[in-house]
Amino acid sequence: MQATAHIGFIGAAYGACIIVIGALIAWVTLDYRMQRRILAELEAQGIARRSAPVRESAGQTATEDA
Amino acid sequence: MRVAELANPSRFLHAASLTIPWLGGATVLLFAIAIYRAVLAPDDYQQGATVKIMFLHVPSAWLGMLCWALMTVAALGTLVWRHPLADVAAKAAAPLGAAFTLLCLVTGSLWGRPEWGTYWVWDARLTSELILFLLYLGVIALWRTVEDTSRAARAVAILTLVGAVDLPIIKFSVDWWNTLHQGASVFRLGGSTIHPTILVPLLLMAAAFTLLFVTLLLAAMRNEILRRRVRTLRLLQASAVG
Repeated sequence: MQATAHIGFIGAAYGACIIVIGALIAWVTLDYRMQRRILAELEAQGIARRSAPVRESAGQTATEDA
Repeated sequence: MRVAELANPSRFLHAASLTIPWLGGATVLLFAIAIYRAVLAPDDYQQGATVKIMFLHVPSAWLGMLCWALMTVAALGTLVWRHPLADVAAKAAAPLGAAFTLLCLVTGSLWGRPEWGTYWVWDARLTSELILFLLYLGVIALWRTVEDTSRAARAVAILTLVGAVDLPIIKFSVDWWNTLHQGASVFRLGGSTIHPTILVPLLLMAAAFTLLFVTLLLAAMRNEILRRRVRTLRLLQASAVG
């Protein structure tokens, strides 16, 4: 009886969970595809890493050189 | 491969690409088992079926705090050890932590209404958890505001270390102040007060959430490294044109 009385709250909680987790998975997946696509386009234009090191600032992080 | 070798972004990308599909598969499997056990779990003798909201609320709360703790270690990595992946991890973790903290607040409200008679009350536990969510938003905003990555990383690291003060406040708020929120019932001296028929699905769900978090974190870190490569190539492209 209590289950039916509070089914709306339980359903809303699980629904919110599905939406938030679904959004996180979609964000990570779509972002990965986008970055890969942009990288492929840039490399197709003949721009390669380490061909001409560019530093935008002295404190640049190592990963930007990766 | 030694763990230290993963500090090299290229090696990290390779390791992440190998690991993420397996972690994703394990996450799906663990969620299937956890949800099955959660559905079969009996109603609580006081709360009835609303106890099933706990299977989402508690893991979300743990992960929201775990994520900030991880960001705190990453902040030390940025400021003290200058680890090349530290700020990558911190930046990738922030949206995940914000999402799990938001989920904690939303599911907590939906659990509170039938049990306490209100969606929200400004007590110490709920308020300190809301502050954690606002801190996550602050970190995300800071990353977007400061254009120079290394300056942003240092600013975020300082904010993260300051924000870490909120973690013990969240944890001990129910002991330090008189709150509507219940005290610790899973990890406490003298053992858990939750019956195994409910405790086991809760721990399974927590493990599934944690595995999901690790998978998403690795994937988001991979994306961030690729984003920085794109940025480097665009700078090269701009200098070639100039």
